[in-house]
Amino acid sequence: MPIEIPIPTVTQVIFLVMALFTAACGLMVVISRNLFHSALFLVGALFGVAAIFVLLEAEFLAVGQVLVYIGAIATLIVFAIMLTRGMMRGRTSPMNHVSGRGALGALVFFVALLAFLKKVPWPEQAQAIPVDESLIAGLGDKFVTTYVVAFEAVGLLLMVALIGAVMLARDR
Amino acid sequence: MLTQYAFVLIMVGVALSVPILAILANYFLSPHKPDPVKTDVYESGMKTVGDAWVQFRAQYYLIGLVFVLFDVEALFLFPIAVAYDKLAFFATMETILFILMLLAGLIYAWRKDALEWQ
Repeated sequence: MPIEIPIPTVTQVIFLVMALFTAACGLMVVISRNLFHSALFLVGALFGVAAIFVLLEAEFLAVGQVLVYIGAIATLIVFAIMLTRGMMRGRTSPMNHVSGRGALGALVFFVALLAFLKKVPWPEQAQAIPVDESLIAGLGDKFVTTYVVAFEAVGLLLMVALIGAVMLARDR
Repeated sequence: MLTQYAFVLIMVGVALSVPILAILANYFLSPHKPDPVKTDVYESGMKTVGDAWVQFRAQYYLIGLVFVLFDVEALFLFPIAVAYDKLAFFATMETILFILMLLAGLIYAWRKDALEWQ
């Protein structure tokens, strides 16, 4: 940034806003009374994560997040809700008989995560990463050299998923 | 690098404020005297029948699933396309194999009339 602002920096403010937005959307996914609204809040949360990826200068991940998660998977979730009779109208409760145990599990996980976060030696200075094209080109090069087996396995997996989807949907 | 996104941020601000200002201006400036004729459907519109919250057809889900798979494929092909002029012949063949596998899936879906609307 050309303008020097003492504390906090513009990036920090943007990060804070986006993190709060993501967390709020995530919370609304859980406590929303209407399942369809939950799906829409999920889109908001995923978009917030994409914005955080941009802040971390991981543009490819951000684009992938928007393209695959918001563009495709969120759409699929919305379809699944709209296909299910009664789910659209019915007001679902965020509580059920395992809520207490769920809260306990979440608390234990949070404490474990907190202990882990305090142990990690976070780098004070960001490591220099190669700028723009060379990073994505390097990734593409790795796909067809070092990780070629995994890459072809992904292709096979996608084909199997496609055929499986067609078979399940056709033979009702 | 990151400063370039300031323009995106400004654009988002402008894009959000224009419709909000337009709607607010409409709300504050217009007279509020509704009557049945004014609130009626206008300009060759039709009175709606039933509810907008209807159950969707199952076929939308299949089309959505196919879309997800090709979306993921596009995401995987993008880095290879960026690195294309540096790749060896063998690497290009591997990419073509990747596309051919997906193509086999597409042909299967096509032959099974999964893409037909019925």
